Amino acid sequence: MDGWFTTEEPYTLIGARCSACGTYVFPPRSGACPNPGCDGTDLEPAELSRRGRIWSYTENHYAPPAPYVAADPFEPYALAAVELEAEGLVILGQVAKGVMAADLEIGMEVEVDLQVLFTDDDGVEKWVWTWAPAAPSGGAR
Amino acid sequence: MSDDRDLVVLGTGMHPWGKWGRNFVEYGLVAAREALADADVAWRDIEFVAGADTIRNGYPGFVSGSTFSQALGWTGAQISSSYAACASGAQALQSARAQLLAGFADVAMVIGADTTPKGFFAPVGGERKEDPDWQRFHLLGATNPSFFALNARRRIDVFGDTPEDFAMVKVKNSKAAVHNPYARFRKEFTLEDFASSPIVSDPLRLLDVCATSDGAAALIVCTPEYAKRKLGTLEGTVRIKAVANTTPTYPQVRLELPDIATDSRAVVAPPALGFKDSIAHNAYEQAGLGPDDISCAEVYDLSTALELDWYENLGLCAEGEGAKLVRDGVTALGGRVPVNASGGLSSFGEAIPAQAIAQVCELTRQLQGRCEGHQVEGASVGLAINQGLFGHGSCTILAT
Repeated sequence: MDGWFTTEEPYTLIGARCSACGTYVFPPRSGACPNPGCDGTDLEPAELSRRGRIWSYTENHYAPPAPYVAADPFEPYALAAVELEAEGLVILGQVAKGVMAADLEIGMEVEVDLQVLFTDDDGVEKWVWTWAPAAPSGGAR
Repeated sequence: MSDDRDLVVLGTGMHPWGKWGRNFVEYGLVAAREALADADVAWRDIEFVAGADTIRNGYPGFVSGSTFSQALGWTGAQISSSYAACASGAQALQSARAQLLAGFADVAMVIGADTTPKGFFAPVGGERKEDPDWQRFHLLGATNPSFFALNARRRIDVFGDTPEDFAMVKVKNSKAAVHNPYARFRKEFTLEDFASSPIVSDPLRLLDVCATSDGAAALIVCTPEYAKRKLGTLEGTVRIKAVANTTPTYPQVRLELPDIATDSRAVVAPPALGFKDSIAHNAYEQAGLGPDDISCAEVYDLSTALELDWYENLGLCAEGEGAKLVRDGVTALGGRVPVNASGGLSSFGEAIPAQAIAQVCELTRQLQGRCEGHQVEGASVGLAINQGLFGHGSCTILAT
């Protein structure tokens, strides 16, 4: 999804911010502010906070149907819904490969990373954002 | 409470739920004929046909009102065809209600039927990058049970619920379903069965999540004047007191299917009533009734944990106390307010456009005292609630 995240470090998700009322929206959109009390039509791309806290999480043990491209053999993966405090958004993402539900808890700090979602028929890697356990605070990435 | 916007349910009909893969119209015809016979109304006399659409059965499913009209034999009736995801059946009922209350018709059929594929619900085919339903599957593998599980995990963490509390919902519902001839799963489950049930989306097991089914349901509804002419009296009739179809209020701060993110609470404070609370609230307002008036309820238990949410959203208990109701047997048959005495979605499996109509069929029969083996004794007010994908909530209240 072009324009939903930066592809160079430090990785961030890109939402949109209304230039009139200042509210945020993810995924980014254009045309109309989602706030019904605002007539704004100018939504600017906005890099969102890199870090947030887990609102909830799960771990899937069955391969989802298409259009998900599941690994064969299928490997369970975790999903986390993460709250970004400054933007007031909760955003869902897969958790970094190898990090499972047993490693997670509500309130835990995580940060945006990228990983390969699948490799298409032409051998091109498709990337997606993930939530990864946050490096110790102050640690540079 | 005012009665001047009541409708009367004259007849109900259902095709049993199951998994056969036959044409959905076949199931619909069985439900339609049963409802007409129950109402003692001839098909020819139906003035308005409100179809609830299915999106997984090709073009006939998108124009269900005309599909069923043609299958039953064209009569020149007025029609509508509605899609509102899980709320499609309630949307069709609302369409008939608006028509009847406006005086454009006196008697209507509301009908929905579905044939579903095996396994997880998947988005309809094609690469549709702009469709949030496509996006959440493709980018995240966020199946429907994933969303139910996020919610269940919150209940465990915030309210102290346990997986056993969730299992007790299934145990309760399966016990009721044994006696419901329309239910697909009529086996009584025990807590022990959960240990061997595989995890689907942690913490939810296969027995915690609802299946997908084939099924059909139909209602014959009419104005009180029509019912009085036909029956001689309104005494003992089941009336529809409310049909509230409700959207969220910005900002919607609970992560709900199929969205990848919530609305932002950065600029606008969340509304006092969350989305699911507001669905019930609007119906109570319409009916002039409240949670204490409810004899029984049919709620959308897409997962066991979600049923506990609904107890709280309906005001049957305070937030966080849902598990206590199921533990104490309050929502079981014989309890203060039985919930899903039909067996619920866990015993039916979801047949999307038929499900909300089936809820109304069940409540009507409960209020008529016709549910042998799973009857709620003395039921006089019933409430059905569900939430369709993309913020399409619905709540219907019936009373004698």
